[in-house]
Amino acid sequence: MTETSLEPLVTEVDRVIIRFAGDSGDGMQLTGDRFTTASALFGNDLATLPEYPAEIRAPAGTLAGVSSFQVHISDHDILTPGDAPHVLVAMNPAALKSQLDSVLDGGTIIANADTFEERNLAKAGYAHNPLEGDDLAAYRVVQVPMTSLTKEACKDLGVKPRDAERSKNFFALGLLSWMYSRPLEPTIEWIEAKFAGRDLVIAANKAAFSAGHAYGETAELADHRVIVQPAELPSGTYTNISGNTALAWGLVAAGHLSGLRVFLGSYPITPASDILHELSKRKEFDIATFQAEDEIAAVGSALGAAYGGHLGVTTTSGPGVALKAETIGLAVSLELPLVIVNVQRGGPSTGLPTKTEAADLLMALYGRHGESPLPVLAARTPADCFDQAIEASRIAIEHRTPVMLLTDGYLANSSEPWLLPDVDDLEPIPVEFASGFNQVDEDGNEVFWPYLRDEKLARPWAIPGTPDLMHRIGGLEKEDGSGSVSYDSDNHAHMVGIRAERIARIPVPDVEVTGDPDGDLVVVGWGSTWGAIAGAVRRVCGMGHSVAHVHLTHLNPLPANMGEVLRGFEKVLVPEMNLGQLVRLLRDEYLVDARPVSKVSGQPFTAGELQQIILGELGGEDR
Amino acid sequence: MTDTLLTDGASDEVPPTTRADWQSDQEVRWCPGCGDYSILTALQLLMPELGARREKTVFVSGIGCAARFPYYMNTYGMHSIHGRAPAIATGLALARPDLDVWVVGGDGDMLSIGGNHLIHALRRNIDINILLFNNQIYGLTKGQFSPTSEKGKITKSSPVGSCATPFNPVSVALGAEASFVARTHDMDRHHMQEMFRRSYEHPGTSMVEVYQNCNVFNDGAFETITKKAVRDDMLIPLRHGEPIRFGSEGQFGVARHDGGVELVEVADVGVEGLLVHDETRPDPSTAFALSRLAESPDRPTPIGVFRAVDRGEYAGAMNAQVDEARAARGKGDLHALLHSLPTWTV
Ligand code: SF4
Repeated sequence: MTETSLEPLVTEVDRVIIRFAGDSGDGMQLTGDRFTTASALFGNDLATLPEYPAEIRAPAGTLAGVSSFQVHISDHDILTPGDAPHVLVAMNPAALKSQLDSVLDGGTIIANADTFEERNLAKAGYAHNPLEGDDLAAYRVVQVPMTSLTKEACKDLGVKPRDAERSKNFFALGLLSWMYSRPLEPTIEWIEAKFAGRDLVIAANKAAFSAGHAYGETAELADHRVIVQPAELPSGTYTNISGNTALAWGLVAAGHLSGLRVFLGSYPITPASDILHELSKRKEFDIATFQAEDEIAAVGSALGAAYGGHLGVTTTSGPGVALKAETIGLAVSLELPLVIVNVQRGGPSTGLPTKTEAADLLMALYGRHGESPLPVLAARTPADCFDQAIEASRIAIEHRTPVMLLTDGYLANSSEPWLLPDVDDLEPIPVEFASGFNQVDEDGNEVFWPYLRDEKLARPWAIPGTPDLMHRIGGLEKEDGSGSVSYDSDNHAHMVGIRAERIARIPVPDVEVTGDPDGDLVVVGWGSTWGAIAGAVRRVCGMGHSVAHVHLTHLNPLPANMGEVLRGFEKVLVPEMNLGQLVRLLRDEYLVDARPVSKVSGQPFTAGELQQIILGELGGEDR
Repeated sequence: MTDTLLTDGASDEVPPTTRADWQSDQEVRWCPGCGDYSILTALQLLMPELGARREKTVFVSGIGCAARFPYYMNTYGMHSIHGRAPAIATGLALARPDLDVWVVGGDGDMLSIGGNHLIHALRRNIDINILLFNNQIYGLTKGQFSPTSEKGKITKSSPVGSCATPFNPVSVALGAEASFVARTHDMDRHHMQEMFRRSYEHPGTSMVEVYQNCNVFNDGAFETITKKAVRDDMLIPLRHGEPIRFGSEGQFGVARHDGGVELVEVADVGVEGLLVHDETRPDPSTAFALSRLAESPDRPTPIGVFRAVDRGEYAGAMNAQVDEARAARGKGDLHALLHSLPTWTV
């Protein structure tokens, strides 16, 4: 691609992209995660991209069983996990075979030489050993017998050789820690805490880790040592956060800011389950998690809890949203607060459970029967999931409406340094429960009207237990105001209009134009494409072109200035991880000639890809 | 905020109410002669006796004729979507253990489209009272066979007879680990009220099957057992601690047989040979055997409480976990949470 190739002998580089790849039993996610944490603590900016097979145990040694973790570390502010890796750590032949195409020409391959034997080569479909001969001539290949060196390092510990072998990922981690001058203490402390009580496992992992580190130092790898200096980021305290964790913490914060108990009704589904897991651990924050019998009961229980005065939330992925649609429609009719989180994945149907896609935008906007509008938000980075969980809760509570929050598999599992907010700076979410009569009937009696609206057109949140306010709600059309069941045609037309208007009126911030607003071309995105688009726009602007970037968080209602902004550009390019969903919306709403850029490979866009596309759109010439 | 409502103790004394207090201003819109009327009346008359508070009472329903019920009660109520009432009530009862949550639905709502929610509610044992109005037909959609319709049933959607074996709702509930299961019928207000009261008082999920006549689409489905003239010989009252005996002269009874139960004549086995009903038996097999005595409501059929065991309510256990977490770790500190992973300062 357009990356400048990394000169292997250089000792100081501004950034490096490393991909750890191995069999799904090899612990690659953990290895990548530890390397990332050490890099974060060292002060680099970073972004990660984990990828793993959908099967829990795909056949060992096969291409289908390869699990990988890419991390991009740099001494400056970066936006994506990077395009092509500079370094591939291949724990077996299948890992090498499946990942080689993505490695940068001239990049480094660190292979666990022990695994390149007949059986594994055959499973990966190699007729001969690629480490021998010229196959990898374009790369710098470092062969390390990691398995045998790990066994050797553990042999005096009393660990069985088969168990010792399992520590080989820590050998790889030790080696990479040496090559990239990572601090060792965080990993050693982590091993001790993680495996507390299992002394042999601690001993073996530490021995393998040290052996890997020592190997780098003593073997002839001296010319491979690289330093990526800490990045200059805005000052403050940082933590490395994944999207799912940030989202869960955002919900905790929303409970804190509103003073409401958070009730999560959820059903396990990849890639959303980690939100359920995280919140299940946080009961001390007055959080109730309920693992329901199915997706429908998950949203039903959340709606029941919302009716009872709690912050009702349900978390799922696309197939789950399909099942919840009828209940979400009920919530639209009941006009109760509800937060629905869709961590999108590849579809249709079971699709690609562990791969990312963002093809549920139109489902979020329109995927219910009848006219049933609701606010839709999309988070743009892992850390932004925290802010948008709060924003979704705020809109739901203030406007008494279900709100759909979209993230995706990429945001869910990838991570980035997050400048931690000051908790005291987070804006409280006011909650108002109805407490008394609000109307007088024709006989002069005080009564309660459940559909009498406030200036936001929201109806009162009158929770059971409140004296005098007994009332009945439901999915049948209601008379506006009194809330009685009504089949009246004029009332229905009025209510359809009110439901649309009250969502359309929700105030959302204007979009910002970044990049260079003076050119003819604007790239418009939503959700997790933010990093790749911003990176690409930054690069082409750096090349002297004028390209602007507009990124939507609020997809319903759309920001008020959106039409005006779009009309300021001749060309509108809309990259999406679908076949063109936002682009339809923009064409429909604003009558602009917006053009789609699609990627539906289960992988996020890279900045490099978008850079090429933008350059192509500009006429291709590099200035 | 909800805390204040949970502990709302303005006055602990429940103000006395009358039937009129529990009637909403909505015109009742079931077909004239529908069994639902007598169930509604029975419950509206019972509520003052239970000492319940209207504002603390919630009726949740799904879709169907029976699901209209909440509109007619002057309490909080939600007429939700088809089959989902137990799921919605579950969330409400978990969130608000201070409320009395009732679920009302028919056989199609609860055993067909909502069957999964029903069995899981029963299994979990959250404190909700489920009234299942069984009329063995789809009424609101105008007469298709339901999951409790007998095999061979001729309806609009089964013109030459349905091929499906019906559910026995009591057997289903017992198989789903229900802690309280009872059966009653719409012709006996007093018996209905006794069952509803037991359901109300039971800690955990309770299910009461009510044989309900749909006089429009399935008239007389239960009359071979519930008509006054035949009732004594066709209904087997289950009374805790008493031998199971019925018949106009008390001439019939139920005895153990071959691992199950069978109908006997008292003259043959003697009163001592009859099974003494124990609704608290931990093992549900005897209750299940009783539920199998009549395959369809044209043979002597047990009514009353089949099973009532106290096996720990779910919402209490779930909320205790929150309380324990707060006792052990203190009230959550958001700042500390955000700093709980490794951090670094720039
Ligand atoms: S259709 Fe049957 S169940 Fe429904 S209201 Fe009429 S009589 Fe009652």
